[in-house]
Amino acid sequence: MGFVFSRRPGAVRPVSWLAAAALILILVGCSGEPYPQSTLHPAADMSGAIDGLYRQIFWWAVVVFVVVQTALVVTVIRFRRRPNQPEPRHVYGNTFAEVAWTLAPAVILVFIAVPTIQTIFRVSGRAAPGALQVEVIGHQWWWEFRYPELGLVTANELHLPQGREVALAITSADVIHSFWAPRLHGKRDALPGRTTRLAFTPDSAGTFLGQCAEFCGESHANMRLRVVVQPAADFEAWAARQAESPAVDSTAALQVAGLEAFRRIRDPGQHTCIACHTIAGVSGGVAGPNLTHVGSRQTIAGGTLPNDSAGLARWLRNAPGEKPGSLMPKIALSDDEVAALVAYLRSRQ
Amino acid sequence: MSPASATAQHDAPVVPVAPTGLWSWITTTDHKRIGLLYGFTAVFFFLVGGLEALVIRLQLGAPGNSVVSAETYNQLFTMHGTTMIFLAVMPLSSAFFNYIIPLQIGARDVAFPRLNAFSYWVFLAGGLLLNASFVAGPLFGADRLSVAPNGGWFGYANLTSSLQYSPGPNIDFWVLGLQILGIASLAAGFNFITTILNLRAPGMKLMRMPVFTWMSLVTQFLVVTAFPVITVGLVFLMLDRIFGTTFYNVSAGGDVVLWQHLFWLFGHPEVYIIILPAMGVVSEVLPTFSRKPLFGYAIVVYSGVLIGVMGWGVWAHHMFSTGLGPVADTVFSATTMLIAVPTGVKIFNWIATMWGGRLHLTTSMWFAVAFISSFIIGGLSGVMHSSPPADLQQTDTYFVVAHFHYVLFGGAVQGLFAGVYYWWPKIFGHRLKEGVGKLHFWLMFVGMNLTFFPMHFSGLLGMPRRIYTYGPELGLGMLNLMSTVGAFLTGLSLLVFVYNAWSSRREPRVGKNPWAAATLEWAVSSPPPVYNFSVLPTVTSRLPLWTEHGVSEIPDTPPGPIHVPGGSHWPLMTALGILVIAVGALLHHHFVPSLVTVLAGLGVVVVSVYRWAFEPFEV
Repeated sequence: MGFVFSRRPGAVRPVSWLAAAALILILVGCSGEPYPQSTLHPAADMSGAIDGLYRQIFWWAVVVFVVVQTALVVTVIRFRRRPNQPEPRHVYGNTFAEVAWTLAPAVILVFIAVPTIQTIFRVSGRAAPGALQVEVIGHQWWWEFRYPELGLVTANELHLPQGREVALAITSADVIHSFWAPRLHGKRDALPGRTTRLAFTPDSAGTFLGQCAEFCGESHANMRLRVVVQPAADFEAWAARQAESPAVDSTAALQVAGLEAFRRIRDPGQHTCIACHTIAGVSGGVAGPNLTHVGSRQTIAGGTLPNDSAGLARWLRNAPGEKPGSLMPKIALSDDEVAALVAYLRSRQ
Repeated sequence: MSPASATAQHDAPVVPVAPTGLWSWITTTDHKRIGLLYGFTAVFFFLVGGLEALVIRLQLGAPGNSVVSAETYNQLFTMHGTTMIFLAVMPLSSAFFNYIIPLQIGARDVAFPRLNAFSYWVFLAGGLLLNASFVAGPLFGADRLSVAPNGGWFGYANLTSSLQYSPGPNIDFWVLGLQILGIASLAAGFNFITTILNLRAPGMKLMRMPVFTWMSLVTQFLVVTAFPVITVGLVFLMLDRIFGTTFYNVSAGGDVVLWQHLFWLFGHPEVYIIILPAMGVVSEVLPTFSRKPLFGYAIVVYSGVLIGVMGWGVWAHHMFSTGLGPVADTVFSATTMLIAVPTGVKIFNWIATMWGGRLHLTTSMWFAVAFISSFIIGGLSGVMHSSPPADLQQTDTYFVVAHFHYVLFGGAVQGLFAGVYYWWPKIFGHRLKEGVGKLHFWLMFVGMNLTFFPMHFSGLLGMPRRIYTYGPELGLGMLNLMSTVGAFLTGLSLLVFVYNAWSSRREPRVGKNPWAAATLEWAVSSPPPVYNFSVLPTVTSRLPLWTEHGVSEIPDTPPGPIHVPGGSHWPLMTALGILVIAVGALLHHHFVPSLVTVLAGLGVVVVSVYRWAFEPFEV
């Protein structure tokens, strides 16, 4: 009797295949590939803490995986039926072995439980005094970000200063959503009628992708967000620009026409731009994103379209076509109106 | 003279034979026929749910794909989960409960044969109602054909409870369909608990019961305790939708998290309702093909019971991202980790059962081994989820999808296929073809691993669940394509199985015990006679057929008359009445037609139950 791997290559197949797959995981996890929404490439203290905890658990799992799968495969190969073999001895159990393999997993679980509990309390969302306060409000299907101390309101694009703790107070205006920017922190649900919290300190600058992680209806997939972490000075500059309301350049005829269209446009369903959108000094609607500085954002439409002339035009022509179920209806706009609105909205820097 | 003959009328046939014809199947109360009905229906719905999965995988095969619309996609993933759990895997387990348990415990039938028929017909009614939503759009004035449920199998309130966010009949189909399926499960649960506890043959002590029967018993206790919980949740949801109550309406003081507690309080025991029967199957298959008794029988049984009990204390691990607070997270994390201990014990005992054996690597055995292998992976990713901080990153991503498919597909489905290949000769009197079976197995094993293993990576690298589209910038196209290819391989493997089932019809007949197994179902002919046992056996061993004089002699022809329960169409009529009530409730936007239909259905139910109750004892 021995380990005759070569005679039955078929039996080795599952484990070698899985081992190869596990290798891919490790390579993927450690590579510098740009996965913008990866949980394995942390860019903040809390995502780093979670990633560190996960890596500990992962290696315990690898050990258990290798030991138990090897035991399984070796058993299947070694004891497979061969000719002229006698009936095996009937063994009904072995108390020592059974106690041993009851205790072994329990001991490993202790090694997982201790750092887990330490991390639970670390990521519980409590922030130190002086953290930047941001209110996160989930809507079907876009994100509203409010900075109460700075008096700013923006959508789908969260700007944060690098190296300063941020305290998110998360809620929802309609159904349950979940705020998730994996390179910064784990997800936290946005529940109507409740406020949940996340707190973290981004440690590197960059643009980090995220999206809603709780199924919230037809366009759940189109409820994306990005977090722009900037050096403190850049953040201050951004906040200062956001606090002003850009004036319309009265020499640019297209922008003037756009403002006029924004005020005037009314579709058969009585939807108007100003009924749903706020532009400081122009309108005060709250059903849709605040557009005061829409031109300064990288994307529109819940982070699904680039914020350029083409993207804006596509959105204006057929919002539900871009984001199915969108509260903003398809409005019959002329080419001139679209061009004017695009020019006006792009001027809202 | 056996006790059963005392109750038989003097003109009853000495040897009952199974009646034939369509009507005999519609009115059947024979546990074996009901088992077959469950089995065929489950396989049918399994193929339906599989097709839904293939469309889902086609859509996700590349970023920004447009095979289906957002709305269709949401309906597909909702129906895929609902179908696979309630219409495929649970009924496939029920097929085995029905067919095998009475045979394993030495009984002539289940305790309540007509209730058993009722369970099947109600289950079928629920399945048909749910799937009718795919073509019911025009009836409800919708602008599309399909108004299938679209709120996810977990149906989180207030998305589902509010007519503002879910105005169509989609969620109504789901709420009513699940309630109907709950009735079927509850009736079956009480039936099998009574059967297993009361109808065991003399000498079949609890600790002599086969592990499959044991795990089924634990499962039934979970069913009868867990389904009332989701029923409460569903009734609240239905009342919110139909009568405008405010259980889940935040602006009126309701609470959306209440639904999550109720749903997962049911939902986690439900996981064990799905997996424990498969664990039982594997615990039968491994000893038979290892030629060795199960290693540590008592520990395996106690572990199963312990898993069932502990399964009640872990529900909030589905809700770590809800923000329950660090203390609750810690407690539910600890209970979840603890459940890994009895689960691990089972895996080690299964491996020890094979160790030192003489392994006959049949298709059934391969599926059992693959069950263990997959369950190890699903168990390990489960431990990762039990850590709340890690889960904050993994929940609602494809990592979770990978995790529970390793448990429910790699585990439950492969375990149940081990049972299909194992018990097929008992049920049909001939084996499935081994060569085709091996092809089925390897295609499915490679296919399912190719589908689900890459999902671990796509999840960790940022792929959320339940999204109909994703952008190319995430860099996840290749991993998703791998999963899509794997899904089609898995689908192909099912076609091979269907071919095997069909083409094996002319395989040679087998005797009572083609696998030389140890348990009582192998002591009778294949397929068993309508009365199962010519005389009720007396059991003196846990492995009656592997022990000398382990069971009393069972003659091939009955020495005296045998009473078997007659047919009845009242269970079917009762189920029909329940279906009519549900259809009435679906029409709730139109008060009078709705009320009339509900009352009509109620009338059918009352009359049917009355006739059922006073049906003559001998038919």
